[in-house]
Amino acid sequence: MAEMGSAATRVEVTLKKATGPGDDKVHTWPNLVRAEFLCTLFVMIFLLLWSLLVDAPLEEPADPGRTPNPSKAPWYFLGLQEILVFFDPWHAGVVAPTFIIMGLMVIPYIDINPKGNGYYTFKERKYEIITFIFGFHVLWISTIIIGTFVRGPGWNWFWPWEVWDAHLVEALTNQDLPYLVGIRDYWTAAVFGLSLIIGFFVLGTAAMYWWVVWLKGREFMQRWGAARFFLTSFLTLNMIAVVIKMLLRHILNVKYILVTPWINV
Amino acid sequence: MSSQFDELKRQVMESQVWQSIFRHGYEDTPRNRILMVSGNVWLHLHPSKVRKHATRLRFTWCMGGITFLMYLVTVVTGVYLMFYYRPVAEYAYADIKYLEFDMPFGMLMRNMHRWAAHGMVIAVWLHMFRVFMTGSYKPPREFNWVVGVLLLVLTLLLSFTGYLLPWDQLAIWAVSVGSNMGRATPLLGYEGPFNEVLGVNPIYDARAFLFGGGEIGAHTLLRFYILHCIFIPLVTSLFLAVHFWRIRRDGFSGPAL
Ligand code: HEM
Repeated sequence: MAEMGSAATRVEVTLKKATGPGDDKVHTWPNLVRAEFLCTLFVMIFLLLWSLLVDAPLEEPADPGRTPNPSKAPWYFLGLQEILVFFDPWHAGVVAPTFIIMGLMVIPYIDINPKGNGYYTFKERKYEIITFIFGFHVLWISTIIIGTFVRGPGWNWFWPWEVWDAHLVEALTNQDLPYLVGIRDYWTAAVFGLSLIIGFFVLGTAAMYWWVVWLKGREFMQRWGAARFFLTSFLTLNMIAVVIKMLLRHILNVKYILVTPWINV
Repeated sequence: MSSQFDELKRQVMESQVWQSIFRHGYEDTPRNRILMVSGNVWLHLHPSKVRKHATRLRFTWCMGGITFLMYLVTVVTGVYLMFYYRPVAEYAYADIKYLEFDMPFGMLMRNMHRWAAHGMVIAVWLHMFRVFMTGSYKPPREFNWVVGVLLLVLTLLLSFTGYLLPWDQLAIWAVSVGSNMGRATPLLGYEGPFNEVLGVNPIYDARAFLFGGGEIGAHTLLRFYILHCIFIPLVTSLFLAVHFWRIRRDGFSGPAL
């Protein structure tokens, strides 16, 4: 009986192989080539019509002596220009883009969920998708939209229906967080700010650790490994930190959390 | 009459010249369908057979293909523009005006170049989003995702360097604002944190390296021109070759059978 059973399985396996992978294949010509051809055709017609109707911008000749207000970077970089409001240039212009590029590159290595490979599913990869959409749509695209449509002269906030007033002066009421909570001494302020930031990352990492263990179990954490875990929590906490800093500014007018002679955060 | 035509057609198609160019007939046979792809240098980027879902617009959104199409459009229209454009501060702006008003199809070519470049940026983001949503970066395609991220960065750099070339107010100020970040690079930028360590100064730091000098000027124009028309397209083409090669090697993603 046992013998027969295994023989039967073997036949079944061979049969599966014979009809298995590859059996829903179709000829590239014409199936795929036709789709690509039609796609090309539609896109080219659209591009041609658009180019006939809308001219590429050309302003007055370059004049290094006359700075326009506002001066905006190309639209696809306006997300970074927008977070310049909240972070110093070394952070918004150098560290943040580096983290974004690195963060994108490591996605395939930190995501070890074998499910959802090659098909659309939300159920099987909820947290991956939510995180990606948070970073891509909520942070990146919304800051581009803000930078493009609601920032006017002086990088002030103008709703689309408001007139750009180049002479609008917004009172600079920003304060550093240590000052806000009553710290007047220089060194205490620096220590306070540094502890807040270190504390945020330490507590955040711990919270994330417990959350993942609670959600997925210890066995998962073991398989995931320390390197993947720390990378993921570091990158996630950075994304959250951007939102926290934005909220602190918009709600409490906080300028910096950490103030030192070398860097401010 | 029609028999004469058929005779002529037969003679042409059986001639040595014709047969040296076209290797097979056009009858719709499985063999010809495969030869159509494998015998054609452009089409053989594809495998001769693909899984059904991979031909569906709702799976790929055709976004990688559209990104590539936009790239090709900018290459073709870009060559046309290069015939009339000199990357010299005195001429650049006038050349653009000249191109717009005096060259046959000049305005159209410039428009198509510009809008295809924007289109490429949008398409590459959507393509990345699609690849993410289908989980197509998972093993064995991890590395092709990394190559993709490099292509994304290269796409942005292509667009950014091209932004300067019209040499109008929009161009130099957008590029100034974008490049000022270079000055804030920690260690390497004149205004960045810890700049004293390496002793960088306004005419010798990360931004000056990008600009080819302490301020944006004629030297920057030449530099961006070469980056835009030669260097970055070359690098992009290399990575595109890797990208496409890897898609073939790793197979197209799809649900397990
Ligand atoms: C210049 C930019 C790019 C071009 C021209 C390009 C082109 C393509 C093309 C034509 C495909 C075939 C399938 C499709 O059309 O969707 C493809 C697949 C793929 N692309 Fe890209 N791509 C670019 C950038 C990217 C980026 C930014 C990423 C991700 C960060 C990426 C990751 C991938 C992956 C992983 C595949 C395999 C998909 C699968 O097997 O389902 N590519 N690419």
